[in-house]
Amino acid sequence: MKSIIYLIIGVFFGIVLFKSEAASWFRIYEMFQFGSFHMYGIIGTAVITGTLLIQMIKRNRLKTFYGEHIYITPKEKKLTRYLLGGIIFGLGWALAGACPGPMFVLLGAGYLPMFIVIISAILGTFLYGLLKDKLPH
Amino acid sequence: MNWIYDSWPWYISGPLISLVMFLLLMMGKRFGMSSNLRTMCTLCGAGKTSDFFKFDWKAQRWNLIVVLGVIIGGAIANNYLSLNTVIPLETKVASDLKSLGFQSAGEAYMPDLLFSEDALKDPKILILLILGGLLVGFGARYAGGCTSGHAISGLSNLQIPSLLAVIGFFIGGLVMVHFIFPLIF
Repeated sequence: MKSIIYLIIGVFFGIVLFKSEAASWFRIYEMFQFGSFHMYGIIGTAVITGTLLIQMIKRNRLKTFYGEHIYITPKEKKLTRYLLGGIIFGLGWALAGACPGPMFVLLGAGYLPMFIVIISAILGTFLYGLLKDKLPH
Repeated sequence: MNWIYDSWPWYISGPLISLVMFLLLMMGKRFGMSSNLRTMCTLCGAGKTSDFFKFDWKAQRWNLIVVLGVIIGGAIANNYLSLNTVIPLETKVASDLKSLGFQSAGEAYMPDLLFSEDALKDPKILILLILGGLLVGFGARYAGGCTSGHAISGLSNLQIPSLLAVIGFFIGGLVMVHFIFPLIF
Protein backbone atom coordinates (compact mmCIF):
# COMPACT_ATOMS: atom_id res chain seq x y z
CA MET A 1 0.00 0.00 0.00
CA LYS A 2 2.71 2.46 1.04
CA SER A 3 4.66 1.63 -2.12
CA ILE A 4 1.68 2.69 -4.23
CA ILE A 5 1.51 6.02 -2.40
CA TYR A 6 5.23 6.65 -3.06
CA LEU A 7 4.72 5.73 -6.68
CA ILE A 8 1.79 8.16 -7.01
CA ILE A 9 3.76 10.95 -5.29
CA GLY A 10 6.63 10.28 -7.74
CA VAL A 11 4.35 10.29 -10.79
CA PHE A 12 2.79 13.55 -9.60
CA PHE A 13 6.23 15.12 -9.01
CA GLY A 14 7.42 13.97 -12.44
CA ILE A 15 4.38 15.48 -14.15
CA VAL A 16 4.79 18.79 -12.27
CA LEU A 17 8.51 19.01 -13.16
CA PHE A 18 7.80 18.37 -16.84
CA LYS A 19 4.71 20.58 -17.17
CA SER A 20 6.28 23.46 -15.22
CA GLU A 21 9.18 23.30 -17.73
CA ALA A 22 11.60 23.13 -14.77
CA ALA A 23 12.95 19.99 -16.47
CA SER A 24 13.88 21.90 -19.62
CA TRP A 25 17.57 22.56 -20.29
CA PHE A 26 16.52 25.88 -21.88
CA ARG A 27 14.76 27.05 -18.71
CA ILE A 28 17.88 26.40 -16.62
CA TYR A 29 20.06 28.28 -19.11
CA GLU A 30 17.56 31.14 -19.17
CA MET A 31 17.55 31.26 -15.35
CA PHE A 32 21.35 31.68 -15.22
CA GLN A 33 21.05 34.40 -17.89
CA PHE A 34 18.33 36.16 -15.82
CA GLY A 35 16.29 35.96 -19.03
CA SER A 36 12.91 35.27 -17.44
CA PHE A 37 11.18 35.23 -14.06
CA HIS A 38 9.78 31.72 -14.66
CA MET A 39 12.29 29.58 -12.71
CA TYR A 40 12.62 32.18 -9.94
CA GLY A 41 8.83 32.16 -9.67
CA ILE A 42 8.76 28.36 -9.34
CA ILE A 43 11.54 28.14 -6.75
CA GLY A 44 10.29 31.26 -4.92
CA THR A 45 6.67 30.12 -4.58
CA ALA A 46 7.83 26.59 -3.68
CA VAL A 47 9.97 27.99 -0.86
CA ILE A 48 7.26 30.40 0.39
CA THR A 49 4.53 27.74 0.51
CA GLY A 50 7.07 25.21 1.79
CA THR A 51 8.01 27.52 4.67
CA LEU A 52 4.32 27.97 5.56
CA LEU A 53 3.72 24.21 5.45
CA ILE A 54 6.76 23.45 7.65
CA GLN A 55 5.73 26.20 10.12
CA MET A 56 2.26 24.66 10.20
CA ILE A 57 3.77 21.25 10.97
CA LYS A 58 5.95 22.70 13.74
CA ARG A 59 3.35 24.99 15.37
CA ASN A 60 0.58 22.39 15.37
CA ARG A 61 3.00 19.56 16.17
CA LEU A 62 1.49 17.66 13.27
CA LYS A 63 2.04 13.92 13.22
CA THR A 64 2.64 11.81 10.12
CA PHE A 65 -0.25 9.93 8.51
CA TYR A 66 0.91 7.01 10.67
CA GLY A 67 0.84 8.97 13.93
CA GLU A 68 4.60 9.43 14.30
CA HIS A 69 6.23 12.64 15.49
CA ILE A 70 7.75 14.75 12.67
CA TYR A 71 11.27 15.93 13.47
CA ILE A 72 13.34 17.53 10.74
CA THR A 73 17.04 17.14 11.53
CA PRO A 74 18.85 20.49 11.16
CA LYS A 75 21.68 20.47 8.58
CA GLU A 76 25.17 20.30 10.13
CA LYS A 77 26.88 23.66 10.56
CA LYS A 78 29.68 23.68 8.01
CA LEU A 79 30.81 26.13 5.36
CA THR A 80 33.23 24.55 2.91
CA ARG A 81 31.17 21.54 1.92
CA TYR A 82 28.08 23.59 1.14
CA LEU A 83 29.83 26.28 -0.86
CA LEU A 84 32.34 24.08 -2.66
CA GLY A 85 29.92 21.20 -3.17
CA GLY A 86 27.27 23.69 -4.23
CA ILE A 87 29.55 25.29 -6.83
CA ILE A 88 30.50 21.89 -8.29
CA PHE A 89 26.81 20.95 -8.42
CA GLY A 90 25.91 24.28 -10.04
CA LEU A 91 28.52 23.80 -12.78
CA GLY A 92 26.96 20.45 -13.64
CA TRP A 93 23.38 21.69 -13.27
CA ALA A 94 23.97 24.40 -15.89
CA LEU A 95 25.91 22.10 -18.25
CA ALA A 96 23.56 19.10 -18.17
CA GLY A 97 20.59 21.43 -17.68
CA ALA A 98 19.11 19.00 -15.21
CA CYS A 99 19.36 18.25 -11.51
CA PRO A 100 18.71 14.77 -10.08
CA GLY A 101 14.87 15.04 -10.27
CA PRO A 102 14.51 16.29 -13.85
CA MET A 103 17.14 13.79 -15.09
CA PHE A 104 14.67 10.99 -14.43
CA VAL A 105 11.70 13.01 -15.75
CA LEU A 106 13.55 13.50 -19.04
CA LEU A 107 14.54 9.86 -19.27
CA GLY A 108 10.84 9.00 -18.94
CA ALA A 109 9.94 11.65 -21.49
CA GLY A 110 12.15 9.79 -23.97
CA TYR A 111 15.33 11.90 -24.04
CA LEU A 112 17.57 8.85 -24.04
CA PRO A 113 20.96 10.68 -23.87
CA MET A 114 19.87 11.55 -20.31
CA PHE A 115 20.74 7.96 -19.48
CA ILE A 116 24.43 8.85 -19.97
CA VAL A 117 24.00 11.82 -17.60
CA ILE A 118 22.33 9.63 -14.95
CA ILE A 119 25.03 6.94 -15.10
CA SER A 120 27.68 9.68 -14.84
CA ALA A 121 25.89 11.24 -11.87
CA ILE A 122 25.90 7.85 -10.11
CA LEU A 123 29.61 7.60 -10.92
CA GLY A 124 30.17 11.14 -9.59
CA THR A 125 28.45 10.14 -6.34
CA PHE A 126 30.72 7.09 -6.18
CA LEU A 127 33.81 9.28 -6.69
CA TYR A 128 32.69 11.48 -3.81
CA GLY A 129 32.35 8.38 -1.62
CA LEU A 130 35.93 7.39 -2.49
CA LEU A 131 37.42 10.84 -1.90
CA LYS A 132 35.16 11.91 0.99
CA ASP A 133 37.77 11.63 3.77
CA LYS A 134 40.37 13.57 1.77
CA LEU A 135 38.07 16.51 1.03
CA PRO A 136 37.67 19.58 3.22
CA HIS A 137 34.21 19.76 4.74
CA MET B 1 -9.44 21.12 -18.62
CA ASN B 2 -7.44 22.48 -21.54
CA TRP B 3 -5.01 24.22 -19.20
CA ILE B 4 -3.52 20.82 -18.39
CA TYR B 5 -2.11 20.60 -21.91
CA ASP B 6 -0.48 24.04 -21.73
CA SER B 7 2.69 24.85 -19.85
CA TRP B 8 1.84 25.21 -16.14
CA PRO B 9 2.44 28.69 -14.72
CA TRP B 10 5.10 29.17 -12.04
CA TYR B 11 2.59 30.18 -9.37
CA ILE B 12 0.85 26.81 -9.73
CA SER B 13 4.00 24.70 -10.19
CA GLY B 14 5.95 26.10 -7.22
CA PRO B 15 3.24 25.35 -4.62
CA LEU B 16 2.71 21.88 -6.18
CA ILE B 17 6.42 21.10 -5.67
CA SER B 18 6.17 22.08 -2.01
CA LEU B 19 3.08 19.86 -1.77
CA VAL B 20 5.31 16.93 -2.78
CA MET B 21 7.71 17.86 0.04
CA PHE B 22 4.78 18.11 2.47
CA LEU B 23 3.29 14.75 1.46
CA LEU B 24 6.66 13.03 1.95
CA LEU B 25 7.02 14.63 5.41
CA MET B 26 3.54 13.39 6.25
CA MET B 27 4.61 9.92 5.12
CA GLY B 28 7.49 10.21 7.61
CA LYS B 29 10.13 10.73 4.91
CA ARG B 30 12.35 13.56 3.64
CA PHE B 31 12.22 15.08 0.16
CA GLY B 32 15.58 14.58 -1.59
CA MET B 33 16.28 13.19 -5.02
CA SER B 34 20.08 12.99 -5.03
CA SER B 35 20.26 10.50 -2.14
CA ASN B 36 18.92 7.98 -4.66
CA LEU B 37 22.18 8.26 -6.57
CA ARG B 38 23.97 7.08 -3.42
CA THR B 39 21.52 4.22 -2.98
CA MET B 40 22.13 3.20 -6.60
CA CYS B 41 25.88 3.08 -5.87
CA THR B 42 25.19 0.78 -2.93
CA LEU B 43 22.99 -1.40 -5.15
CA CYS B 44 25.91 -1.70 -7.58
CA GLY B 45 28.12 -2.99 -4.76
CA ALA B 46 29.96 0.25 -3.86
CA GLY B 47 29.82 -0.78 -0.17
CA LYS B 48 32.83 -3.01 -0.87
CA THR B 49 35.04 -0.02 -1.73
CA SER B 50 33.83 2.70 0.65
CA ASP B 51 32.04 2.81 4.00
CA PHE B 52 30.03 5.75 2.67
CA PHE B 53 27.99 3.22 0.71
CA LYS B 54 27.67 0.64 3.50
CA PHE B 55 24.07 1.03 4.58
CA ASP B 56 20.88 -0.93 4.28
CA TRP B 57 19.54 0.17 0.90
CA LYS B 58 16.14 -1.26 1.79
CA ALA B 59 15.61 1.71 4.13
CA GLN B 60 15.76 3.86 0.96
CA ARG B 61 13.52 1.63 -1.12
CA TRP B 62 10.64 4.10 -0.79
CA ASN B 63 12.74 6.82 -2.46
CA LEU B 64 13.67 4.52 -5.36
CA ILE B 65 9.93 3.98 -5.85
CA VAL B 66 9.47 7.77 -5.96
CA VAL B 67 12.15 7.86 -8.71
CA LEU B 68 10.34 5.15 -10.65
CA GLY B 69 7.21 7.30 -10.35
CA VAL B 70 9.11 10.36 -11.58
CA ILE B 71 10.20 8.45 -14.71
CA ILE B 72 6.61 7.35 -15.35
CA GLY B 73 5.40 10.92 -14.65
CA GLY B 74 7.82 12.26 -17.27
CA ALA B 75 6.48 9.75 -19.81
CA ILE B 76 2.83 10.56 -19.01
CA ALA B 77 3.39 14.33 -19.11
CA ASN B 78 5.24 14.25 -22.42
CA ASN B 79 3.03 11.72 -24.21
CA TYR B 80 -0.45 12.37 -22.85
CA LEU B 81 -0.54 15.78 -21.18
CA SER B 82 1.23 17.97 -23.72
CA LEU B 83 0.17 19.22 -27.14
CA ASN B 84 3.12 21.49 -27.64
CA THR B 85 6.29 21.34 -25.57
CA VAL B 86 8.15 24.24 -27.18
CA ILE B 87 9.79 26.49 -24.57
CA PRO B 88 9.01 30.11 -25.45
CA LEU B 89 12.37 31.82 -24.94
CA GLU B 90 12.86 35.54 -24.93
CA THR B 91 14.30 36.67 -28.31
CA LYS B 92 17.65 37.75 -26.84
CA VAL B 93 18.17 34.44 -24.97
CA ALA B 94 17.18 32.44 -28.08
CA SER B 95 19.48 34.38 -30.41
CA ASP B 96 22.40 34.11 -27.94
CA LEU B 97 21.86 30.36 -27.83
CA LYS B 98 21.66 30.12 -31.61
CA SER B 99 24.97 31.92 -31.94
CA LEU B 100 26.48 29.29 -29.59
CA GLY B 101 25.19 26.58 -31.92
CA PHE B 102 21.92 25.69 -30.19
CA GLN B 103 19.78 25.87 -33.34
CA SER B 104 16.65 24.49 -31.65
CA ALA B 105 16.49 27.32 -29.06
CA GLY B 106 12.94 28.64 -28.90
CA GLU B 107 11.64 25.71 -30.97
CA ALA B 108 11.89 22.71 -28.63
CA TYR B 109 11.79 21.48 -25.01
CA MET B 110 15.40 20.32 -25.05
CA PRO B 111 18.36 21.32 -27.24
CA ASP B 112 18.98 18.93 -30.16
CA LEU B 113 22.66 19.77 -29.91
CA LEU B 114 22.91 17.83 -26.61
CA PHE B 115 19.91 15.55 -26.42
CA SER B 116 18.94 14.36 -29.90
CA GLU B 117 19.83 10.74 -30.54
CA ASP B 118 22.45 11.84 -33.06
CA ALA B 119 24.11 14.02 -30.44
CA LEU B 120 25.77 10.98 -28.87
CA LYS B 121 27.68 10.30 -32.10
CA ASP B 122 29.73 13.43 -31.43
CA PRO B 123 32.48 12.53 -28.93
CA LYS B 124 32.60 16.13 -27.69
CA ILE B 125 28.91 16.10 -26.78
CA LEU B 126 29.27 12.70 -25.13
CA ILE B 127 32.13 14.04 -22.99
CA LEU B 128 30.09 17.12 -22.02
CA LEU B 129 27.11 14.99 -20.94
CA ILE B 130 29.38 12.72 -18.89
CA LEU B 131 31.09 15.73 -17.33
CA GLY B 132 27.75 17.37 -16.48
CA GLY B 133 26.53 14.18 -14.80
CA LEU B 134 29.78 13.67 -12.86
CA LEU B 135 29.68 17.25 -11.53
CA VAL B 136 26.02 16.97 -10.50
CA GLY B 137 26.53 13.63 -8.73
CA PHE B 138 29.78 14.61 -7.03
CA GLY B 139 28.60 18.11 -6.07
CA ALA B 140 25.23 17.00 -4.76
CA ARG B 141 26.75 14.50 -2.34
CA TYR B 142 29.58 16.87 -1.34
CA ALA B 143 27.00 19.58 -0.58
CA GLY B 144 24.75 17.01 1.09
CA GLY B 145 21.79 17.60 -1.20
CA CYS B 146 20.53 19.02 -4.47
CA THR B 147 17.74 21.33 -5.56
CA SER B 148 15.05 19.33 -3.76
CA GLY B 149 16.98 18.77 -0.52
CA HIS B 150 18.57 22.21 -0.19
CA ALA B 151 16.75 24.74 -2.39
CA ILE B 152 13.24 23.51 -1.57
CA SER B 153 13.33 21.54 1.72
CA GLY B 154 16.30 23.25 3.36
CA LEU B 155 15.30 26.82 2.54
CA SER B 156 11.69 26.08 3.58
CA ASN B 157 13.06 24.94 6.94
CA LEU B 158 15.13 28.18 7.11
CA GLN B 159 18.46 26.36 7.15
CA ILE B 160 21.52 28.57 6.70
CA PRO B 161 23.61 25.65 5.36
CA SER B 162 21.04 25.21 2.59
CA LEU B 163 21.25 28.91 1.76
CA LEU B 164 25.04 28.51 1.43
CA ALA B 165 24.54 25.50 -0.85
CA VAL B 166 22.03 27.38 -3.02
CA ILE B 167 24.45 30.33 -3.29
CA GLY B 168 27.04 27.76 -4.40
CA PHE B 169 24.60 26.32 -6.99
CA PHE B 170 24.19 29.79 -8.44
CA ILE B 171 27.89 30.66 -8.45
CA GLY B 172 28.58 27.39 -10.30
CA GLY B 173 25.69 27.88 -12.74
CA LEU B 174 26.62 31.48 -13.52
CA VAL B 175 30.29 30.60 -14.08
CA MET B 176 29.31 27.72 -16.40
CA VAL B 177 26.86 29.71 -18.50
CA HIS B 178 28.75 33.02 -18.68
CA PHE B 179 32.41 31.96 -18.72
CA ILE B 180 32.66 28.30 -19.71
CA PHE B 181 29.88 28.04 -22.35
CA PRO B 182 31.64 30.54 -24.68
CA LEU B 183 34.76 28.33 -24.49
CA ILE B 184 33.10 24.97 -25.10
CA PHE B 185 30.26 25.79 -27.53
